[in-house]
Order: sequence, then structure tokens, then C-alpha cells
Amino acid sequence: MQATDATATPRPVTIRLGATRPRWGERAIAAALCLCALVSVATTVGIVVALAEPSLEFFRSIPIGSFLTGTKWSPLFSPPDFGVLPLISATLVTTACALVVCIPFGLGSAIYLSEYATVSTRKVVKPFLEVLAGIPTVVYGFFALTFVTPLLREVWPGFLGDPPQVFNALSAGLVMGVMILPTVASLSEDALSAVPRSLREGAYALGATKLHVSTRVAVPAALSGIVASFILGISRAVGETMIVLIAAGGTPNLSLNPVEAMQTMTAFIAAAGLGDQPTGSIGYKTIFAVGSTLFIATLAMNIVSIRLVRRFREVYE
Amino acid sequence: MRSRNWLALASASVATLLISACGDTGGTGGGGESKLAGTIRIDGSSTVGPLSEAAAERFQGENPKVKVTVGTSGTGGGFEKFCAGETDVSDASRPIESDEKAACAKKGIKYQALQVANDGLSVVVNPQNTWASCLTVPQLKKIWDKGSTVTNWKQVDPKFPSEKMQLFGAGTDSGTFDFFTEKINGEEGRSRTSYNATEDDNVTVQGVSGSKGGLGYFGLSYFEQNKDKLKAVQINDGKGCVTPDSKSVQDGSYKPLSRPLFIYVNVASLKRPEVEKFVQSYLENTQSLAEKALFVPLTSNQESALKPKLEQLKSQAAGST
Repeated sequence: MQATDATATPRPVTIRLGATRPRWGERAIAAALCLCALVSVATTVGIVVALAEPSLEFFRSIPIGSFLTGTKWSPLFSPPDFGVLPLISATLVTTACALVVCIPFGLGSAIYLSEYATVSTRKVVKPFLEVLAGIPTVVYGFFALTFVTPLLREVWPGFLGDPPQVFNALSAGLVMGVMILPTVASLSEDALSAVPRSLREGAYALGATKLHVSTRVAVPAALSGIVASFILGISRAVGETMIVLIAAGGTPNLSLNPVEAMQTMTAFIAAAGLGDQPTGSIGYKTIFAVGSTLFIATLAMNIVSIRLVRRFREVYE
Repeated sequence: MRSRNWLALASASVATLLISACGDTGGTGGGGESKLAGTIRIDGSSTVGPLSEAAAERFQGENPKVKVTVGTSGTGGGFEKFCAGETDVSDASRPIESDEKAACAKKGIKYQALQVANDGLSVVVNPQNTWASCLTVPQLKKIWDKGSTVTNWKQVDPKFPSEKMQLFGAGTDSGTFDFFTEKINGEEGRSRTSYNATEDDNVTVQGVSGSKGGLGYFGLSYFEQNKDKLKAVQINDGKGCVTPDSKSVQDGSYKPLSRPLFIYVNVASLKRPEVEKFVQSYLENTQSLAEKALFVPLTSNQESALKPKLEQLKSQAAGST
């Protein structure tokens, strides 16, 4: 820099660091990857649009109040009844049965694998958990129908009332719980492993037992991840189709008794879709209406899950 | 280490190639130097389905290059696809209805109706059901009518024990549903709604065989195939209890639940040689196919009514080559 003129103040020279000419290759790759990410956004938007139109047409002919509060569901018969409560109650019952299995056993497996198991035990148990996750749901469905239901009917104690019917929500729910178990176990275990050792070591240093450290230190510290895994498990249970279609039956039944046959929202959509409803008929639109209900329920659960995770999150340096 | 990976990769790709090659050549295991090739799409009644499947198996054995697919969306569902031009043959457990005729006419689809078997719609119960060996039509109507609140066998007949009733039956797309509701409840489509409705009769088999108080209805062939798991109820239409079997269906004594079973063939599809030959093979062998698939075969009168249609097909085939 040379000041050629004594009166001129030296111009501040901005030296630009980085490439002097644009790198088109890099930009292209960035654009391509952005496109990949946009595909998921586009798909969600596409699904919402595809669901919205027939559902809105449906709700123009059937008032949404009677849809959500009606107790009789027979949309394909004439005259049709459009009360969706039996389907919703069935979904809730099967989900509850699934949670009874997957939450204690999933969380328990996670705590065992992260706190108590030796390395060699982990090497054996983890692959089995992964195999459980890989079994096709249709296989689970037939397993529930042909093994779990007869087993339950055999060992059913008298004081619990009637034994399970040949199609029932209990078998379907229990097997669904087993299917979801790897998800809950994996995610909870990841959350527990992310808790820094210093927290645990501090507790040990204060004289805490292993159980105390696992349940009172590690789990509360990993709570946001664990809750997220539960909510993911619930979402999967609500959306599961094949197991309930095969094992829980096709009788819409407004009942909270899990030994009875009942038809969930997903099973109705599958059964009605497998049959033949003329496009544009009321039966066809019913499928979309139930689909929208399912979508909104899952969406609500995702929002709740994000809120909960954010609230409980602990950031460790 | 790297050569081991390479070896694994090489053997995996060879295995994949072998398996895919085997898949292609699997069909030419059968005899016959048939040059017929193509795809024949059949859909419709789940009652007629097993018979069409038997015909398809037989035909594919002699003509390995032809692929015959048999769906079971229900008689109503099948007609919808048929009148949209999506299938070549539609299985039906009831005659085509006026609105379906209109739909076919609208698309310019001409069809030929052919009776291929008879059926006695059977009402089945669990083998442990010792009390309901014969039911009257009014009793059936009481159970299945619209608005029925029957949930226990005692409500049907006070002499029956108190046993919870589990109902399984055909769904609304099913020709079996249309036929049963028309004959028992007096009006097609008039039915109670609180039962396990399905177009898949195997679900009904499963349900009734697994519930002591179970009651279901479907075509006779499903009962014949599951005789060890189910019990067929005798039906009393006022003239005494009649057991459903080949004889009572053919001589008309199994009332009111005897019915003819049809296939509807798209006339335009008949121009394809494989479809023509398939339908011929189907019609020529109705007796043996019915025996094999446990259906009630055509009576000799019905067979002779079929003969002119068969001759017409043969001359069509001869003329078009």
C-alpha cells in the first residue's frame, strides 16, 4: 500500500478470503443434496394434499360432529353409519396392549444393555434385538393369530372372564409390542449411552449403588431421548396395519375389552382398500376420512413429542 | 482380507444370477410344446375363485408360457374391474346386475355369460356346536336381519344353550353377500352390520373353526375343503331339514340357498388365442374341475345347455386362425 497523495486517506483494502471464482461443482452438489432433503418435504405436502380433497368432500356430506362422536361404524352397508369411535377405541386398545409390552421390556433391555451387560453379552443380545426389528409384520400377524391366540385361550385364568375370541385385540397388541420393542430399546439405549460418564462416576463416588445410578441418575439424565423413543413406539403402534388386520379381526366394536374382536382404523383402511369401492363413491371417501384422522393423530403425537423432548433436554458439554 | 471380500462379492453375485435364471426357466418344466403365450386376468367372486384357480392350474400345466392370475375381490368388485376393461374373465356367484350391465355398455364391453358349476351356500358352525344341527329360514333371518340384536344362541331358540354367538360372513362386495341377504332377509343388501365381514372366505373359516359359538356362511366348496374344522347346518325351508351336498344342490332340494356359478368372458379378449383356448379348456372340463376343487358340478341338462356355446367358441377359434 502506498499513499501517492498526502491528502488522501488510505483506502481500506478488503482482502477477500476464499475462492476468487465460484466453484460450480460444489454448488451443484449442494443443490443436489438440498433436493434430496426437499423430497421428504414434498412427499409430506403431497400426502396432505392427496388426503385433503376427498376428506373435505366426505365431510361436506357427513357432518364432522357425527363422524367423530358416532358409535356405529358400517360405511359400506346400506344404509351406512359413519361413527368412527369404534375404530378409534380399537386403535387405543391395541396400542395400550402394545405399550404394556414394549415400555417395560424395551426400557428394561435398554438399561440392562447400557448399564449392566458385559461387552460379550451385548454382542450376543443386540443382534437378536435387531433381528426382531427385521421380522416382517405379516409374519408377526400370523404368529399372533396361530400361536399367541391359542396359547392365551389355553392358559386364560377363569377370574379374568371370557377367554380371548379367535380374533382379539390382546394378541395383536402383545405381538405389536414385541415388534416395537427393538425400536424403544435401541433409542433408549442410545439416549442412555449419551449420558456422560462423569455423572455416573460422581454418583458412584458418593456411594450410590448400581441400581441407584441407573435409575436415579442415568435415566433422568437421558429422559428426553427415552420419552422420544416411547412416542415413536406409540406412533408405530397406532399406524401398524398388518398385525391388527390379521389378528384383531374386522368387526367394528366399540369396546375397551381387549379379548374381543375389533377393527382398528388401519385395518379398516386396508380391508376397504382391498375390496372394491368405486372411485368417488362415499365408501371411497370414507377411506380418506379415516386416513386423515390417523394422519392428524400421528401428527399431534409428533408435535407433543418434539415439545417434550425440548423441555427435558439436557445439553452436556 | 481384500481377496476374501472379493470372493464373497463374487459368490453373492453368482448366486443372485443363478436364482434369477432359475426363476425364469421354472415354467418350462411341464410337457407340451405349446406356443401360446400371454397373460389372462381373472377376478371376482371368492366362491368361484377356487374353481377358476383349478382351471388355471390345469391350463398353465399344458401351456407353460401363459400366465393366468386369479383375484378374489368379490363378485361386485370383479364386475367393476371387468366393466373397466381391466380383466378378461370375471368370476361371479350371481348374475350381472343392471347397473353393472350399464357400466359395461358404457365402455363398450361385450361379454358372454357361462355357467360353470352349482353351489349350495352353506351355513357353518363350530364342530363343538351340538345344538344347531338344523336351522329354519326364519331363524336365520332373525340372526342376520338388519337391526338384529341377537348375540346369543339362546335368543334364536330357547331350547339352545346360552352360548355367545360370533358371526362371520361375506362383505358387501361379495356375491355371496348379495345372494344370502336376498334369499334369507328378502332383500339384497339388507343385513345386520355387527359381524366380521370379509371378502376372504378363509377368514370366515378361521373365525368359525376357532369359536365355539361361531356361525358363518360361504360357498359349499369352502366347507368341503374344511370338513374337519367345521360343521354344516341343515336348512329347513318348510319341507324338512336338508343337508347341503352335491346331490341336494343338483336336484334342487337344498332350498333356498342353491345357486348357479358363472364366469363372464370379455368377447374382445376371446380374440386372443390363449384366452379362447383357456375358456374352451374350462368348459370342456367342468366335471373334472368341479370334482378336483370340491364344487357341485353342472347337471347333465346344464352341460347340454353349455354345448352350443362351446361349439360357437370352437368355430370362432378355427375361423380366426
